[in-house]
Amino acid sequence: MYKSPDKLPLDHGLPESNEHMRTYRQHGVLPGFPLALGFTLLYLSLIVLVPLSATFLKSATLGWSGFFEAVTTPRVLASYKLTFGAALAAAAINAVMGLLVAWVLVRYEFPGRKLADALVDLPFALPTAVAGIALATLYSSKGWIGQFAAQAGFKIAFTPLGVTIALTFIGLPFVVRTVQPILEDLERELEEAAASLGATRWQTFLKVILPTISPALMTGFALAFARGVGEYGSVIFIAGNIPLVSEITPLLIITKLEQYDYAGATALAVSMLLVSFTLLLAINLLQWWTRNRRGSRV
Amino acid sequence: MSIEIRNITKSFGSFQALKGIDLTIGSGELVALLGPSGCGKTTLLRIIAGLEAADSGQILFHGEDTTHRHVRERRVGFVFQHYALFRHMSVFENVAFGLRVRPRGQRPPEAEIRRRVQELLELVQLDWLADRHPGQLSGGQRQRIALARALAVEPKVLLLDEPFGALDAKVRKDLRRWLRRLHDGLHITSVFVTHDQEEALEVADRVVVLNAGQIEQVGSADEVYDHPATPFVCQFIGDVNLFHGRVHGGRALIGETVIELPDIAESDTEQALFFARPHEIEIGGDGAGIVAVVRDIRRRGNAVRVELERKDGRGAVEAELSREAFGRHAIKHGDEVVIQPSKIRVFQP
Repeated sequence: MYKSPDKLPLDHGLPESNEHMRTYRQHGVLPGFPLALGFTLLYLSLIVLVPLSATFLKSATLGWSGFFEAVTTPRVLASYKLTFGAALAAAAINAVMGLLVAWVLVRYEFPGRKLADALVDLPFALPTAVAGIALATLYSSKGWIGQFAAQAGFKIAFTPLGVTIALTFIGLPFVVRTVQPILEDLERELEEAAASLGATRWQTFLKVILPTISPALMTGFALAFARGVGEYGSVIFIAGNIPLVSEITPLLIITKLEQYDYAGATALAVSMLLVSFTLLLAINLLQWWTRNRRGSRV
Repeated sequence: MSIEIRNITKSFGSFQALKGIDLTIGSGELVALLGPSGCGKTTLLRIIAGLEAADSGQILFHGEDTTHRHVRERRVGFVFQHYALFRHMSVFENVAFGLRVRPRGQRPPEAEIRRRVQELLELVQLDWLADRHPGQLSGGQRQRIALARALAVEPKVLLLDEPFGALDAKVRKDLRRWLRRLHDGLHITSVFVTHDQEEALEVADRVVVLNAGQIEQVGSADEVYDHPATPFVCQFIGDVNLFHGRVHGGRALIGETVIELPDIAESDTEQALFFARPHEIEIGGDGAGIVAVVRDIRRRGNAVRVELERKDGRGAVEAELSREAFGRHAIKHGDEVVIQPSKIRVFQP
């Protein structure tokens, strides 16, 4: 095909290694590493670790068998299925739709763009109970939207579908706000290069854009999921809380608290924590893997 | 594959980036678009590629109108200033990209893709980096990979947008000579954009000098350097001294100084611009000349640059002497000397 010209006069060799010597003590322009680390650990302990440990300790008063029994009753198992299932479904919907929203906000100039951009944050700001009541009203079988569903022969409010909608509402900003800055930084030249090499728009999106934004997208997904699992206020109104059908785990915890069953409540909390932690760890590992796969981070 | 550019115009809002460009690039030529930043050179290149749409005018590839053809179908190889490599892919996959995105029917089999990519990596002498990621390469290596990636689709035209602009001086020099030799081997019609006149003169068969959205001159490196068509080209290509004066009776009159214009038959004018390059300024010649004071002396390798201030208060003059000539004249700071352009270019408004 092509013939190479003679050797380059000098080969520029390998670039400077990206690997830094990893030591615990790092030198930089900003001093104070031991102090900063100490403070960070103390702060994290006070804010995160101590309350969580207390939860574990309280649940431990049940003993193994008591604990196991408390977290595996049919009603509790059904609530896990709903909570984690709906949170995953909502996070997945948000990953797709949130990406679309972020794309439109970043890529297009249109009247009202700033307003639309501000609208994205509303689920963050709105008291969750307000959101819950509004959603329940809209989606009940007599509500603005729910009546059409009723005509079509299915219900939204008081079903797992309603729960998923509430969690989708609450999780949207997480995806949009994590993906948006990455999309803004995305070089147009990458797309132009792909196009000049003959890639169609769809190929450019799948092979060039998506891999570039996927770490951010996964972070957004994880955040939306975590928020969905712990969500209470906006869900309980639209869920209707029918045992075995539309009862979420956080509601069961509240119910137990109202019955002064503190150990039982913390047992449920611990089991949720463990599942959430495992899932988030898995997402983080996946991110770490994709990042590693592309060599050093640039 | 020849490229014909017909009366291309382009505006960005109220800014007119290109004001009617006509240019024909012959098959297998290596042409440089040279000009200061904002002159429209990159815009023109992007219009040739199809990355930008012209407001009016036509682009013809080999006599065929491609004005409205999508960049995907133009079969151009485009090399970006900042490489635009796909960072999540290995070097190998970057080069293979153009082959892998082909429709199923035209896609070469995997073994063929491997062979072609290997060949291209050998061409740019980086086959040992196939498994690395772009983030692990130096700038010069990245740009060679970008070039290999562009060549993978066997483009009919190669377009390079300031390909060496982000590299440091030494690498830039090596790489542009290498590009020249590569082009000699490939004979692919190539256009590259640069603001570096040295680069353009050294690499290109022909140089297109652009200024403010218009072509000032098209010609070989020697032509634009020795016979600049406009004052702009004269000032932009190489260092130059500018004198104001008039032409009378076949002689240049600069202030009180009279200089014979032997080989130029210029008509008399009241206003003229005279240009002389630093090495064309002679110091200490006998007879008439411009009186000036030595302000600064700088050695640059084997040449000596002397900065002078004209006695009549009409600006500075820069002269370049060889070491020997400099030694002969024994000039020092503060001396009053007579200078005389040995060669002069005249532009009459």
